Amino acid sequence: MKRHSAFTLAQQALRGHKDWPQTWAKGTLKPKYDAVVIGGGGHGLATAYYLAKTHGITRVAVLEKGWIGGGNTGRNTTVIRSNYFYPESVALYDLALRLYEGLSRELNYNIMLSQRGMLIAAHTPAQMEICARIANAMQINGVDGRLMDAQEATRRVPLANQSADARYRLTGGIWQDRAGVARHDAVAWGYARAASALGVDIIENCEVIDIIVEAGCVTGVETTHGRVKTSALGLATAGATTGLTAPHGISLPIQTYALQAFVSEPVKPVLDTVLLYLGTGTYLSQSDKGELVIGGGLDRVPTHGKTGNLPMQEQIISGLLEMFPAFGQLKLLRQWAGVVDVVPDSSPILGPAGPKGLFLNCGWGTGGFKAIPAGGTLLAHMLATGGHHDISRPFDLTRFITGRLIDEAAGSGIAH
Amino acid sequence: MQLFPCPFCGLRAEAEFHFATTAGRARPEGAPDDVAWARYLYGEDAPKGLTTEIWLHTTCGEYFLLTRNSLTRLITGSEALR
Ligand SMILES: Cc1cc2nc3c(=O)[nH]c(=O)nc-3n(C[C@H](O)[C@H](O)[C@H](O)COP(=O)(O)OP(=O)(O)OC[C@H]3O[C@@H](n4cnc5c(N)ncnc54)[C@H](O)[C@@H]3O)c2cc1C
Ligand SMILES: [Zn+2]
Repeated sequence: MKRHSAFTLAQQALRGHKDWPQTWAKGTLKPKYDAVVIGGGGHGLATAYYLAKTHGITRVAVLEKGWIGGGNTGRNTTVIRSNYFYPESVALYDLALRLYEGLSRELNYNIMLSQRGMLIAAHTPAQMEICARIANAMQINGVDGRLMDAQEATRRVPLANQSADARYRLTGGIWQDRAGVARHDAVAWGYARAASALGVDIIENCEVIDIIVEAGCVTGVETTHGRVKTSALGLATAGATTGLTAPHGISLPIQTYALQAFVSEPVKPVLDTVLLYLGTGTYLSQSDKGELVIGGGLDRVPTHGKTGNLPMQEQIISGLLEMFPAFGQLKLLRQWAGVVDVVPDSSPILGPAGPKGLFLNCGWGTGGFKAIPAGGTLLAHMLATGGHHDISRPFDLTRFITGRLIDEAAGSGIAH
Repeated sequence: MQLFPCPFCGLRAEAEFHFATTAGRARPEGAPDDVAWARYLYGEDAPKGLTTEIWLHTTCGEYFLLTRNSLTRLITGSEALR
């Protein structure tokens, strides 16, 4: 792998960007691997990277049915934060954030991490009380969250609707300084490049049709490119997970929904933080190109189809206009959706399931982009050692049997 | 906006409806163990393709069975639960 540096960037610029090396190698499928990861999203690619880098296991394949990063990793609104409520969640999401903070350097690939801070905005005294409770929980968990008052919130978001007849006026909210955004494609491509350089095979257009189980152990997978042997199998397939587990009698508490996002035409800088309104459920940030990147809640009809439905579009956009009447003039450039895997307690499922050798990394629902470095670290640990990492243990599937749920539905303010 | 058929009210806007659960999970009889109980409570398994679900029409307050395709969103049946 040729390393990127300021010098090589300048060199390429002078040559008119004509001979950039291929970022990752197109792998050819071998008959047998020490570990196989299904799903070439951020979690799957990060898993392969940490298997090779941390555990020295390089006979690894990532099998992706489409193109890498073409699932939710390439469809999300790229918000990164660790302002969760429960200690288990903070341990998980703050591990991810800390790894994100060093990731461009670690991968020698610019993921464009921009820690511009995030405001979860409240509008009523009751919401402010909830925000105070969450901010306190964050501080007890050692995360840099704090309560922000109305004056500071208004200064942070000068264009927010503060007119006398505004439905949702800012009364303050929760602020996290280290929150922000990163380039989603770069996270997938950076992990793919680094994993490929360590010898991992990344196989695109290769769909896993079934998991092969013999005598209670995983022995391989059946793919559209033929059969592959392995005794360590990681599933990082987001909304497609139940299609692979249900035929093996593994029952998962997952329902899938479409989650939509939008970008506007580019405009001059108008918003330099990530903003989520508790009142409307709409959130947004401004990309480096000037587009507003806008998201909101889940569609209310379960689906595996990657199109969003109209009622939620209307709700998200009317929320945006309530927050920023000035944006009524903007045109939307694009709208899209991803199929997300939603779990009753809004926390991921990490751990073994069903036959020996099978490990899950799923249930991230609407919020797993921010967790990619941690999800990869933990699934790699499980595949390499056969057991849990201390941080993944509370997220084991058995929590739905013991009743020890980690209910972050309220802690995260909105679904993500 | 898609129209959903309520067995009592006819075709109405999808926003009037609320998804409850995937249908067909029988409540375990007697004194089920924790695994059976968890499967009953949580085993949604997000079926892809043809699926039968329990929905609530919030306008009239009735729960009913809806048969539809979870990939294409095509609705093929609607049946009262009582
Ligand atoms: C609109 C939207 C906005 C979001 N906003 C945010 C946000 O702001 N912040 C945040 O943290 N999270 C956000 N999320 C959630 C986040 O995108 C996901 O949780 C995360 O990307 C999941 O990563 P993944 O690698 O698990 O899944 P994916 O990126 O979906 O990767 C799974 C891969 O598995 C492949 N696959 C599936 N089945 C098979 C098979 N049988 N064989 C081979 N390959 C298969 C798929 O093609 C896919 O590429 C958002 C999601 C959406 C849709
Ligand atoms: Zn009705």
